[in-house]
Amino acid sequence: MSIILILIPILAAIAILIGGKAKPIALGAATLNLILGLGSAFSFDHSVWGLTLQVLSEPNIHLSLGFYDGMSMIMVALSVLVLFAAVMSGKCPEGREKLWYPSILLIAAGGIGAFLSRDLFFFYAFHELALIPTFLMIGMLGSGERKEAAWKITIYLALGSIILLAGLIWLVAASGAETWLFEDLLASTIDPSAQKGIAALLIVGFGVLISLFPFHSWAAPAYASAPAPVAMLHAGVLKKFGLYGLIRLYPMVSDGMQAWLGVLIVLLLCNILWIGYVTINQKRLDMMLGNSSVMHMGYIFLAFAALIEAGSFAANPLAKPAAVLLMFAHGVSIALLFMLTDTIRRKTGTVELAELGGLAKAAPRLAFLFGLGAMASIGLPGLANFSGEVLVFLSGFHAYEGGGLGPVQIATVLALWGVVISAVYMLRAFRQTFHGPAVSHTDSNHLKDFGPFCQIPAAVLAVALLIVGLFPNSLLNLLKSPEAPAPTEQAAE
Amino acid sequence: MSAYWLEIIVLLGGLVLLLVEAFLAPKQKHMIASSAIFVLVLTLICLFLVQPFNVDNKEMTRFYAWDPSAKFFKGFTIVATILTMLLALDYRRILSKFTANPDSEDGTGEYYCLFLFACAGMMWMASAKDLVSLFVSLELTTITSYILVGFMRRNVGSLEAGVKFLILGALSTGFLVYGISWIYGATGTTDLALIGEQITKENSTYLLFGLALILISLAFKVGAVPMHLWIPDVYQGAPTPTTAFLSIASKASGFVIAIRVIEPFITDELIGSKVVTILAVLAGATLLLGNLAAIPQTNFKRLLAYSSIANAGFILLPLAAWDAGNDLTSKEVIAFYLAIYLIMTFAAFFILTVIHRNTGSDEISAFEGLGDRHPALAFMTAVIIGALAGLPLTAGFWGKFLAFKMAVSGGLWIPVILGFIGVAAGFYYYFQIIRAMYWRNSLEDAPLKIRPLSFWVIVVLTSLVGILGLWPQPIYWLIGA
Repeated sequence: MSIILILIPILAAIAILIGGKAKPIALGAATLNLILGLGSAFSFDHSVWGLTLQVLSEPNIHLSLGFYDGMSMIMVALSVLVLFAAVMSGKCPEGREKLWYPSILLIAAGGIGAFLSRDLFFFYAFHELALIPTFLMIGMLGSGERKEAAWKITIYLALGSIILLAGLIWLVAASGAETWLFEDLLASTIDPSAQKGIAALLIVGFGVLISLFPFHSWAAPAYASAPAPVAMLHAGVLKKFGLYGLIRLYPMVSDGMQAWLGVLIVLLLCNILWIGYVTINQKRLDMMLGNSSVMHMGYIFLAFAALIEAGSFAANPLAKPAAVLLMFAHGVSIALLFMLTDTIRRKTGTVELAELGGLAKAAPRLAFLFGLGAMASIGLPGLANFSGEVLVFLSGFHAYEGGGLGPVQIATVLALWGVVISAVYMLRAFRQTFHGPAVSHTDSNHLKDFGPFCQIPAAVLAVALLIVGLFPNSLLNLLKSPEAPAPTEQAAE
Repeated sequence: MSAYWLEIIVLLGGLVLLLVEAFLAPKQKHMIASSAIFVLVLTLICLFLVQPFNVDNKEMTRFYAWDPSAKFFKGFTIVATILTMLLALDYRRILSKFTANPDSEDGTGEYYCLFLFACAGMMWMASAKDLVSLFVSLELTTITSYILVGFMRRNVGSLEAGVKFLILGALSTGFLVYGISWIYGATGTTDLALIGEQITKENSTYLLFGLALILISLAFKVGAVPMHLWIPDVYQGAPTPTTAFLSIASKASGFVIAIRVIEPFITDELIGSKVVTILAVLAGATLLLGNLAAIPQTNFKRLLAYSSIANAGFILLPLAAWDAGNDLTSKEVIAFYLAIYLIMTFAAFFILTVIHRNTGSDEISAFEGLGDRHPALAFMTAVIIGALAGLPLTAGFWGKFLAFKMAVSGGLWIPVILGFIGVAAGFYYYFQIIRAMYWRNSLEDAPLKIRPLSFWVIVVLTSLVGILGLWPQPIYWLIGA
């Protein structure tokens, strides 16, 4: 039945395209999806939520939807949260409703579809589906250098996807599995000589999608130009597709990944430190957020590196929860920040840090929620990102038994500096935006605090950050649940 | 009814319509097309009714094969011809500008009949199992195509295309005959099934030489590098229905006979690996050149020509990675690819004709602002373009996917890498259309006029692209896999 979560947004998109009232339908679909998505994620029952249809006999590919494990549940929960916020907060340009809302819904449908797929093929295909409306939205309704940004993201991500596809085909061919279902693939073994090449293709392919250094340069301009809901959905949800895929497929290529551990550590440190310094230097709020999102991917890669060093999920039981928790936390916090930045842009007409100031007086609630998002992003205790980052750093030292530091431990120590960098740019941006003397377009005579259409989704995201921050087990318990047996029902071929 | 009656029906239909055409008034010439469609639909129904003919009929069994592959490609050719005819019905206003009396449909009647002859030739090619019948049926198709390309005799582009096609086509025919004579000389037979048994160490050099000559001619037919140079000019100059016919039906029949000719050689232990190398080089070169040369194109018809070359490269991949195993054979992958290629390429040509009728131009810039002028058509164009580029969840992806899968399991690493580069380039040049439609504004904003016939054909083809993208199994049923 989990196909409902994909069908609701798709049907809503079609309804809008053939002439339904855009915003009510989109909002209704997003709310319904939020309720159903959270409900299904936290009441996990395979027999009800599974669906498997064979679509092709050779190669043996199934349209198989359902929660493969706790990681998919958390990702679906993240997707529906961000979808709801994106639909509710987004301000559609006059007359473009038929492009705006269906695109947002389709992006979310693609993301949810990817996380729900239990078949490698559809996992890949749904993500690709989500990219098209992303490109269109940036190209048509973006701001600033939108055309260049759209071309850049299109070419980068298309190339990344193709490299990834080559890796996936090779992976399945080398595994000798009967079908493309995850359960069959993960049960098979791959010859170590092939693993190295496959692992390289997966790291580069997924890496481009995640904005791993040096394939990151599409990210910040694209997020800065994108309409806010698209930036929220891409940075918050779609980018996690690559990490999800790496973690999901990791057991198949654990030996091959080992060979790339050194390279990966260097790259992720570049993500954290290099891009961190780049972020400090940004003069615009949206560019700063885009770069910070690239930077934070480095932490999740750090957990992945700890996993590679350990060799299996069992050998480093902290790594996977750390990565998944931080994926969720980063998704929610970056979505919140992009959403509020868009509100600031709409209210003041600018996101140049130099032209802002003193907003807190006129818009105290906005300032509070933005502050909360910024604190979460830095990793302040009590908020979700903190739990994630702490787990990441702990996982980095999980294998440490005294004596000299290994490469992952050194990387962890260096990555800690990233927290300071985050604090520098986030706090400075916050101060320049909300404190100090108000300028003409930010004082209380000209603007009021933000309205309920933004407050409600912002509050929902903030509450999610708080709950997960104060009680991370709410998510971690999902990861602990034993991998449920695969569904046995096979529908008509 | 025996299988070879299918060709006879089409041929007779063509002859009768040619006679009838002489007595029709200029305004009624389009009746020829409708009747031709009727004949073809009838043949399509018969295709499912005919029985395999009597084995004692030695004269026919020697020349004529009746197997799942022959059946599928006969159906393929008929469907392609029907779609071409529908396209020609919409294109006739442009066609009539450049025939005998401008702006009268006088002299457009033969155009429709010629497609029937070409179709009969291609249907026979699907069954040709002897080099002689293969040559004769190929010639029937080729000579008809010369006329079809140069049909707009008052249009310089069309004439130029016709002359180019004639000269290069005649040259390639020469190669074919020369190659056949070498093979006949080396083995003493023209029956492809017997040639496979006659390969020895002594005659293998002569056979390879003969095969290489035949491959040159086949490369011309399917548009593979290095015999691709005619394609852009001929495709651009020819009337659009002819272009669609050449790029789909003609390419498919080129691959059918390529499969038949290559099979005895590539399965041979002695020379099989050499044939694989030749084909792999052809595939790699075609993929690289077809895709990279498409990038700077500004004319959509010419872009489709390069895309047709690139697609020939993708189809050469499974051919080079020859696999006749139990699961999925190279023949089936090629048939699968071509079936999807037919759907999306025809849709592209229908869209091109609609745009041409409205703007008088084939340039990519003619698509500018389509997103505002006709949202439904723009959406369908976007789907078709996505399918051509090979986006997942469209039918176009499955063809490329299976081709790559076959090539990966065949270990053709260099062509596979070139193919991936090609796909990446494809994203760039196909998406130029989407960019023009949505991100650029048109000078005109009057709504586009689409004839209902074209519109519904495009709707059906686009829906097929979507449905087969999620559920491609029906194509397997058609090809009997």
